[in-house]
Amino acid sequence: MMMRIVFAALMFALPVRAEVAIQSVTSPGGITAWLVEEHSLPFTALEIRFKGGTSLDAPGKRGATNLMTGLIEEGAGDLDAQGFAEARDSLAASYSFSPGQDSIGVSARFLTDNRDQAVALLRQALTKPRFDADAVERVRGQVLSGLASDAKDPGAIAGLAFDAAAFGDHPYGSSGNGTIASVTALTREDVVAAWKGALTRDRVYVAAVGDITPETLGRIIDDLLGDLPATGVPLPEPATYGLTGGTTVIDFPTLQAVIMFGHDGIARDDPDFFPAYVLNEVLGGGRFTARLMTEVREKRGLTYGISTGLYPLDHGALYLGQLSSDNAKVAEAVSIIRAEWAKMAAGGITPAELDTTKTYLTGSYPLRFDGNGPIADILVGMQMQGLPIDYSQTRNARIEAVTLADVARVAKRILKPDALRFVIVGQPDGLQSTN
Amino acid sequence: MRVSMVALALWGAAVAAPALSETVSDFTLPNGLEVVVIEDHRAPVVVQMIWYKTGSADEAPGHSGIAHFLEHLMFKGTPTTGPGEFSATVEAQGGNDNAFTSFDYTAYFQRVAADRLDLMMKLEADRMRNLILTDEVVNPERQVILEERSQRIDSDPGSLLQEQAAAAQYLNHPYGTPVIGWRHEMEQLSRKDALDHYSKFYAPNNAVLVVAGDVTPDAVRKMAEAHYGPLKPSEGIVPRIRPQEPPQLAERRLTMADPRVSQPVLIRTYLAPERNSGDQKQAAALEYLAALLGGSGTTSVFARALQFETQIAVYSSAFYDGTTIDPTTFGLVVVPVPGKTLDEAEAAMDGTIAKFLKDGVDESAFARIKTQLMASDIYARDNTDGLARRYGAALSVGLSIKDVQDWPQILQDVTPDDVMAAAHLVLNRNKAVTSRLTQPEEATQ
Repeated sequence: MMMRIVFAALMFALPVRAEVAIQSVTSPGGITAWLVEEHSLPFTALEIRFKGGTSLDAPGKRGATNLMTGLIEEGAGDLDAQGFAEARDSLAASYSFSPGQDSIGVSARFLTDNRDQAVALLRQALTKPRFDADAVERVRGQVLSGLASDAKDPGAIAGLAFDAAAFGDHPYGSSGNGTIASVTALTREDVVAAWKGALTRDRVYVAAVGDITPETLGRIIDDLLGDLPATGVPLPEPATYGLTGGTTVIDFPTLQAVIMFGHDGIARDDPDFFPAYVLNEVLGGGRFTARLMTEVREKRGLTYGISTGLYPLDHGALYLGQLSSDNAKVAEAVSIIRAEWAKMAAGGITPAELDTTKTYLTGSYPLRFDGNGPIADILVGMQMQGLPIDYSQTRNARIEAVTLADVARVAKRILKPDALRFVIVGQPDGLQSTN
Repeated sequence: MRVSMVALALWGAAVAAPALSETVSDFTLPNGLEVVVIEDHRAPVVVQMIWYKTGSADEAPGHSGIAHFLEHLMFKGTPTTGPGEFSATVEAQGGNDNAFTSFDYTAYFQRVAADRLDLMMKLEADRMRNLILTDEVVNPERQVILEERSQRIDSDPGSLLQEQAAAAQYLNHPYGTPVIGWRHEMEQLSRKDALDHYSKFYAPNNAVLVVAGDVTPDAVRKMAEAHYGPLKPSEGIVPRIRPQEPPQLAERRLTMADPRVSQPVLIRTYLAPERNSGDQKQAAALEYLAALLGGSGTTSVFARALQFETQIAVYSSAFYDGTTIDPTTFGLVVVPVPGKTLDEAEAAMDGTIAKFLKDGVDESAFARIKTQLMASDIYARDNTDGLARRYGAALSVGLSIKDVQDWPQILQDVTPDDVMAAAHLVLNRNKAVTSRLTQPEEATQ
């Protein structure tokens, strides 16, 4: 069995090919994990993800999942917050808990020599969090502090305004961190309910990369996850995109405005996803050769950076872009973005753009697999998207299969110049809100 | 007890994997280019980094930002590579490239499949001596760096305050001038300014090449000789002896009010010694001091006193980066909880510092940090790019490969007494700048 990440030369156009030796490990208790054994360094990166995330918040309890996630490490079992941190640091292990819209991520890193102790400690956090009253108040204070910062951050204001207009009352329409009012009103019982509803066995995904065997991994995941509730609260309904084209200006006193723009997007399992991915790379991929970067930054100096991205969420999809631009230049930047959007929708991309983009995307893909942590992150993401275990070996072929006609067709389908909404936080010269 | 057992176990782990020094080799070309090769054969990927031993602290007075502006302009072409073609070529190979500028160095890197290293060296060597700049490419790029300043600094009151604080900290030394530059000087930067900086500082005898990944030293040497070898060294490279700070005789304090501030912040920075070749012990002790005082939001001295016991702060931390040429800063940050004033936060912070200076180091906290530093050496080896940066930055500020490789052991040899000696040396308000970020008074009423 191959024990390392192995790449093999394939052909000239594909400098390296991702041949990651991924094993599927099913624990005695029936939980599946993907594993890459990599024994040259004496540690393991473990990624656990629970589908659902902050979108599981009960009505009126916005921010409960986020607060709960912030409290997971603040005391567990016999240990209070400080005792837990001391135990973790003594082992030189690290755990991080990250709440997302569609999932909660648990990333752990631990040394081979004290692996059992590190896993036992993480188990305490996942299965026996204390949610002590003083810890709840302290972390609530940190969350409220972050919300106060967001209220004066033009980027956060733009994102929230776009989401609210796009998705209304659906969880996607508000911040998973909650509001000052909702977070202030949360009780310890709300936090406990969020924990019981979100960290459950029916929606857990696991990947590990490092100095660990399949047998040990199986034992560990049973140990970590076996005692969690079998099922969680229902996932949210599909989110309906409700925003029309136009401009929204939110007055904010600053030299440089933050602009968020976009419209509805395309689902990850849509058959047109790969042509759309290539299309986006040409239009607004963050690279210097992308059309928007060339037109808005390189030729005219209107911004330090502009990029667009497909956001295929579990219950809805967006196609979004963002840039910052001095107030005097915003109107010009907006008109160029509109023009490029329309041009791409009408004409697609050129043969040269298709060639260079394919070469870039296929050549850079293996470079992502650069370390135990990043590989574990990719593997758990693949599982959550429902991709097959050999996906990393077929992914580049899917990019290669995209044709000019595919991109032109998909450009017409997903780019909607008239539906483009610009949310501008700042004081842009010569621009007002429309409808 | 558990702590010492863990430490022993870790030593075992450190022995089980090959020592890092075994995978690092170096040589110097006849034209003065230093080359460092870090081998990591786990994946057929390589990163090439070229580090120029010049940064914003080496700029001509009145031309702040030129080092960073030149970094942007380095992508604008040579007689054989058109504007933008550098990045396009890297991307066409499936690679990524970028660059960054600091006070003491300017670095450029590409990450590609290992069999593309030769082409990357050809491109990088070409622009070391053959850059061409026209007003056509310089003028829009000046707008880009002004937008970058707007985004990174002017849109963020905290960044503006740090800029002011650094200017107050360094009365005489160029670390008081921001890397990105003062706006009024950036607006005046010209094509000639960029070329002057370029011709003065960009030469093989003022650079370090770091190649890390699936390569052998012999192969790197052959390629480096072919591409960088023919480049002529510059005769104008002189040691970087910069104006030093006069003795600080008075505490410096500043307050900045900005309506965009959501909550007040207190920042204190002390002038502090940096790592020096063959003399890194004090810097190592300061690493511990930062970790002890503010390295953890749960168990550090500040977190315990200010966030747990008195609950006067919602956030606290300490920071120190000793990889610089000239004296650096040791910093402390406290964000008070709503309802507590900056006066109260500062009094609590000073009380905590005074108590720490009197009580000394908590032995178990010290042992935990020591264990974590040892383990970080293992974790760091999973990140080849990070290792390349570690060597590149250190060599760019006058440290040697031996200094880099000695550093982990120097950290392990630090004692609590060393930490307290460093603390007594550095934590002196009369050598500090205390900065406050607040909302305008009308807004707080």
